[in-house]
Amino acid sequence: MRVTLKIWRQKEADSPGFFERHPVEKVSEDMSFFEMLDMLNDQLVLAGKTPIAFDHDCREGICGTCGLFINGRAHGPLTGITTCQLHMRSFKDGETIVVEPWRAKAFPVIKDLIVDRISFDRIMEAGGYVSINTGGTPDANEIPIPKANADEAMDAAACIGCGACVATCKNSSAMLFVSAKVSQLALLPQGQPEREIRVSNMVTQMDKEGFGSCTNTGACEVECPKEISIIHIARLNREFIKSSF
Amino acid sequence: MSLLKSVFISSIGKKILMATTGLLLCLFLVIHLIGNLILFSGPDAFNLYVETLSRVKPIVRAIEIILSLIFLIHIFFGSKLTLENRSATPQKYNINSAGENSSFFSRNMFIGGSILFIFLITHLSTFWYIFQNQHDEGNFYNIVMGNAVGFGNPIITTLYCIAMILLGFHLRHGFQSAFQTFGLRYNKYSGLIETVAMLFWLIIPLGFLSIAVWFGIVGGGY
Ligand code: HEM
Ligand code: SF4
Ligand code: FES
Repeated sequence: MRVTLKIWRQKEADSPGFFERHPVEKVSEDMSFFEMLDMLNDQLVLAGKTPIAFDHDCREGICGTCGLFINGRAHGPLTGITTCQLHMRSFKDGETIVVEPWRAKAFPVIKDLIVDRISFDRIMEAGGYVSINTGGTPDANEIPIPKANADEAMDAAACIGCGACVATCKNSSAMLFVSAKVSQLALLPQGQPEREIRVSNMVTQMDKEGFGSCTNTGACEVECPKEISIIHIARLNREFIKSSF
Repeated sequence: MSLLKSVFISSIGKKILMATTGLLLCLFLVIHLIGNLILFSGPDAFNLYVETLSRVKPIVRAIEIILSLIFLIHIFFGSKLTLENRSATPQKYNINSAGENSSFFSRNMFIGGSILFIFLITHLSTFWYIFQNQHDEGNFYNIVMGNAVGFGNPIITTLYCIAMILLGFHLRHGFQSAFQTFGLRYNKYSGLIETVAMLFWLIIPLGFLSIAVWFGIVGGGY
């Protein structure tokens, strides 16, 4: 198949960006989206041009490094997958595919399609951990945890920090990410000692980073590759209210 | 975080102010609708209702002041949050298929709310203002039906109907959103909240619409 990419180019953080058109020939529909980009980059290098910079690492949907806004959707047209899990069979022969970086004040573009998500790291530093020495692996069932809680904590822990929730949100709100991080610990015994200070500090940091506030549009849970539910945002709100008294 | 700071400074706190004032406004709508439905019982019942209200003027005034404050907080923080959220997203996407992941109503609460605000001002400057300066106690019903500011005027009736449909849209997202903001959504109850929310956003505007349609379009009342 043959596709045309309309792709965002930006030399560095402060330079103005622009869209560039690249026809890509001989694309197999079994290629991943990134393999198609790799192919295009090889051609650009051969032609003496600068290849397109995009973030990726594991290429199997577990690290959270990748993330492109493709044809108006975070991580492309499918749901429940990261960009690296997207294949060319999701596109039509001859289609023009618009590729943009995540857009949010708190995620500034570094180069081309790569954005700086260090704001997420600072939110994690503000409280997304337990500050106890956990020691060696304890025996299973030494600390009893209700199955329902374990399941929900596990669902929340699936967040890979990719930032699609922020990218897709009309307010650039980081509530889904923060709610996943707060939930996974609020549901488990190990998270209890720092439960209140954690939510308070993480929300303060989230606001400081310049993310917007949540208006419950629910776009994030649709685009989240790990299908984190906004039920966790409700818990975050609840935890925050409780921590304020 | 201190309570005051959490409520007025943090993003979640400001949302809680929106949700609290929003639900209080919903409560007001219920009371207002029940009052208006008395129109269906005819002129005597409606005039008696308005007269009774004017006999307890101090109480009505106190409630009006509280209600204005609720509106002001809702509008002030609604506008503030909208501006903050816009500045959090300085660069728009070239293509954004937002329709694939969220409802139109949820994305346009500020625009819907702002049009409701214009309606509110018009509504107050006509009905409320005229009722205040009306001393002929048998005349309230006639004002509502008349063609100066009432349903006798097709333009008024049309604008009223449009405003009520917009109110439905605002409530469609807003009512259930408030429960999410309070953290009151659990997997167990989300079905229940959705059902109640749907009944609410349908019944309230339909109630007001029924009045406009019956007296303004069908021509009941006389
Ligand atoms: C009868 C009048 C009104 C009622 C009953 C009402 C009700 C509500 C409710 C229940 C919410 C949801 C709060 C939440 O998401 O937690 C809300 C949100 C909102 N309202 Fe209103 N409202 C009214 C008038 C207005 C007006 C006049 C404005 C004018 C600017 C406005 C602007 C907004 C905005 C910007 C939001 C936030 C939307 C969001 O979070 O997505 N509303 N309203
Ligand atoms: S909540 Fe989902 S979309 Fe947001 S960062 Fe985590 S995995 Fe990505
Ligand atoms: S590259 Fe690791 S999730 Fe996509």
